[in-house]
Amino acid sequence: MIIHAQQPIVEVHDLTVSYARKPVLWGVDFTLPSGCIAGIVGPNGAGKSTLLKTIMGLIPPSSGYIKLFDRPVDEVRSRVSYVPQRESVDWDFPVSVLDVVLMGRYGKVGLLRNTGARDQAIARDCLDKVGMAAFAKRQISQLSGGQQQRVFLARALAQESDIYFMDEPFAGVDAATEQAIIGLLREMASAGKTIIVVHHDLQSARTYFDWIILLNMRLVAAGPTDQAFTDETIQQAYGGRLNLLSQVGDVMEKRAFPSREN
Amino acid sequence: MIAFWIILTGALVAVTCGLLGCFLILRKMSMVGDAISHAVLPGIVIAFLLSGSRETLPMLLGAGATGLLATFLIEYFHRRAGLQTDAAIGVTFTFLFAVGIILISAFAGKVDIDQDCVLYGEIAYVPIDLWVTANGTIMGPRPVYILSVVLLVVSVFIKLGYKELKLTSFDPAFASALGISTALWHYLLMAAVSFTTVSSFESVGAILVIAFLIGPPATAYLLTHDLKHMLAITVVLAIFISFTGYWMAYWLNASIAGCMAVITGGCFVGVFSIRQLIKPKGSQAITNEVMA
Repeated sequence: MIIHAQQPIVEVHDLTVSYARKPVLWGVDFTLPSGCIAGIVGPNGAGKSTLLKTIMGLIPPSSGYIKLFDRPVDEVRSRVSYVPQRESVDWDFPVSVLDVVLMGRYGKVGLLRNTGARDQAIARDCLDKVGMAAFAKRQISQLSGGQQQRVFLARALAQESDIYFMDEPFAGVDAATEQAIIGLLREMASAGKTIIVVHHDLQSARTYFDWIILLNMRLVAAGPTDQAFTDETIQQAYGGRLNLLSQVGDVMEKRAFPSREN
Repeated sequence: MIAFWIILTGALVAVTCGLLGCFLILRKMSMVGDAISHAVLPGIVIAFLLSGSRETLPMLLGAGATGLLATFLIEYFHRRAGLQTDAAIGVTFTFLFAVGIILISAFAGKVDIDQDCVLYGEIAYVPIDLWVTANGTIMGPRPVYILSVVLLVVSVFIKLGYKELKLTSFDPAFASALGISTALWHYLLMAAVSFTTVSSFESVGAILVIAFLIGPPATAYLLTHDLKHMLAITVVLAIFISFTGYWMAYWLNASIAGCMAVITGGCFVGVFSIRQLIKPKGSQAITNEVMA
């Protein structure tokens, strides 16, 4: 079940990625339309983060290619933003919240130049959008998990990109932050931005995303959520993984008894 | 005047090493400085054997080359063999240092490079290592000029690359996503550490270089949560250590490099103790703030 977009803004063609000669992604092939919120969903070890990193050019693919705006990623980096997993950095690093958000401006500022007053204003504006304006001068080690995620989001916003790739932005954040983030993502999407999110919660995936990429080393399904995210495709992606079957069961139960849904 | 030259030399080395050390610590690569300062030995010996002189330039090139070779090998073993970084460092620098020792004992035994000189140096000889121009004018100690140039180069490097060094240290994946080459900045920093190490150690020795690379930045790290302040505190500490280290050695009639290294350690322990004593209050305040 792979549905291609009409005028794709993201094109992943027959992508295979391996670590130490062991393939972690096999022949992944999909496209995304512009202005959508797409979720990359799949069990642990399905290669979701790897897919994102490969699209960003952080991991070289074994075969296949990726095009953003119909061009190789290296030519369009200024229009693409990446939010790494929150755990991937040292939060005791001696920088302030504003410093981190300003890092989003580094690509625009260019080599050997410093960020200016305009960059500061943009950074503060982005902090305001994620509700962290009051924390600008705070040292980052003093933030909670949800606040850290908001700071990362603000940094991505400061890049003023057209495509946003986010690795598990909802992992380990409180419910309020999750709602704030999804609200912001919807706002961005309606402004024409394309957002691709790695996500592991099947229940919220259906409501959060309008396009789904269901992954388990191979591409199981890709397309608009209502067509690609079916019981059958979910089972295909998660089948054989007993610990996750209960979660799948939960989703199906909720579909069978919609009145119970939240 | 002797005291002035020695303190100035010590301060120049300490400031240069400290500035680079800040970034090494934040990249969790403190021991790489240790590795480089030992791994430069074979490069120095080979440069000496090839050029037949103890001129600074061939030494710098030789040492820079093996210093970079060491960082490259460490990265290679770490990535390709999946070896932990510290294990890769341990294997690489002991091997290269041993190669250097064999080269010295086999081919360069009669000259004045030896293990002691490399490891401990002798900062007390700085004032007699004079730069005399062709027409006989005495310009002052040669190491002071060399180290001033090195400090200038390192300062310019950090000033120009501050943004990139900060970002590639904090979040390498994001830096790559912006199109900033993490490998390039890694090797630039390593090259700077290599050149600093080799130009410093003939006057102060490898041990003191390692102490200066990590001691002042580690102390500064305890004192601040701002990278710029960390660099500034490191510079102040470096000058303070050089000054007090010299006078401690003068009083005790002991090794100058040894006293400077001891003061470096003493500063760290002192700051750490004070921080532990006042910590209960401090951490409480932070917790309250976060709760509120």
